[in-house]
Amino acid sequence: MTSIGTGYDLSASTYSPDGRIFQVEYANKAVENSGTAIGLRVKDGVVLAVEKLVHSKLLVPGANRRIQTIDRHIGMASAGLLADGRKISQLAREEGSKIRKMWREPLTVKALSDRISLGAQAYTLYSSVRPFGVSTIFGGVDKSGPSLYIVEPSGVCLGYHGAAVGKGRQLAKTELEKLKLSELSMREAVMEAARIIYLVHDDNKEKEFELEMTWVGDESNDLHLPVPDDLLEEAKSRAKAALETFE
Amino acid sequence: MDRIDMNRLKSGEVNLGTSIMAVQFDKGVVIGADSRTTTGSYIVRIVSRMFSMAIVANIYISQANRVTDKLTHVHDRIYCCRSGSAADTQAVADIVHYYLQLYTQSHGSSPPVSVAAGVFQDICYENKDGLSAGIIVAGWDKEAGPSVYNIPLGGGLFRQPWAIGGSGSTYVYGYCDATYQDGWGRDETVNFVKNTLSLAMSRDGSSGGVIRMCVITEDGVERLFVPGDQLPKFWEGREVLSAPVKKSLALAPMAIE
Repeated sequence: MTSIGTGYDLSASTYSPDGRIFQVEYANKAVENSGTAIGLRVKDGVVLAVEKLVHSKLLVPGANRRIQTIDRHIGMASAGLLADGRKISQLAREEGSKIRKMWREPLTVKALSDRISLGAQAYTLYSSVRPFGVSTIFGGVDKSGPSLYIVEPSGVCLGYHGAAVGKGRQLAKTELEKLKLSELSMREAVMEAARIIYLVHDDNKEKEFELEMTWVGDESNDLHLPVPDDLLEEAKSRAKAALETFE
Repeated sequence: MDRIDMNRLKSGEVNLGTSIMAVQFDKGVVIGADSRTTTGSYIVRIVSRMFSMAIVANIYISQANRVTDKLTHVHDRIYCCRSGSAADTQAVADIVHYYLQLYTQSHGSSPPVSVAAGVFQDICYENKDGLSAGIIVAGWDKEAGPSVYNIPLGGGLFRQPWAIGGSGSTYVYGYCDATYQDGWGRDETVNFVKNTLSLAMSRDGSSGGVIRMCVITEDGVERLFVPGDQLPKFWEGREVLSAPVKKSLALAPMAIE
């Protein structure tokens, strides 16, 4: 970022001379500082997983969830500022219920994330607001089947087979690319998701972390639900075992 | 709110005193309507002074259009049949047409018939005090195949295998109940619609003219037309009182074997 400190980064409503909006890029930095969140769109559903960094031993286990339910069949995982993620989820629930009411049908993940992306984009236009400091993964099952989208601080909204945001996204993406996502089952995807989250977690830098994982699809009767405890524990122990043999 | 309040129609307002119908079959739907449009009815009183005092009231209805098209396109494979005020139902159909274009653009796919019917209902229910509109929505979509939705005066929404509407429909409920059967193909369904409408048009003074029909399937929309002089004919009545009394044959006792 060559033009830092030249005054073009004070407001989201000002371009730099080379056409960048620094406030949006800084928002991406906020995302990069956060624990990794991934999403896998597989044959019969979607799996969301988050590396939730626990910054204090005093916190109750399971507190400050980063995966939220938007509608019965749609979930959301965010990376970045926790509070911004909660605002996004509130917006998503409101917009979701509006769309549901307007068309009298379960909303699609695409319609929802498109709508949220418009809100995110609007926050890149004005000096009075700051762009959202989160990248959000929307996953769910609708009439078009399993679908997965990311909404970035810039307002960009794109669909993916495998999605990764946050600190460890580069490594997570290369791991995701190795998988044949469209042939995987949800149970296999749970194992892979856990493995990837354990893999990208940097023991040296970060202290504790919790693995948060949900799914939606055939296994959960098309509802967005936490992965059952026994399966989660199995995935964790397998992930730890895989970590020993990695590298 | 269970009937059209004729006094609320502004004088000269165009009214679709109508016979409309939609029927689903295995591969699509057939919709149909008569073609009569009338302007506001007005009442002429003829006061006769015979036998001290008597009042005879006559209702005259003048016709605004003899070849109206009450089958209105709202999307590629979704049509509606309109009854009630022409102005109200045209306006509602236009608004729904707009919403369905919006849906197509934002979802990237055609709306299901259920969505179209839902939008119709929202408008009809929210404005029930200001509208006189009885609408049947019918069409074909990827999710449900063929479907027919009835939205009568108060703004209710009912999915039915067949629906009839308008003033003429009251005369033919029995015929439809007695005739309709599940599992018909296209041609049987077209005949059913044609016959029902012809019967309704002959009984109902506010219906008449020609029959317009549409067959909506996955492949497209086919329009059918039956001119007024080629309507299916049924029993058309016989004057009994003024007919000369026929001399009947001598009655013979029944033969007993």
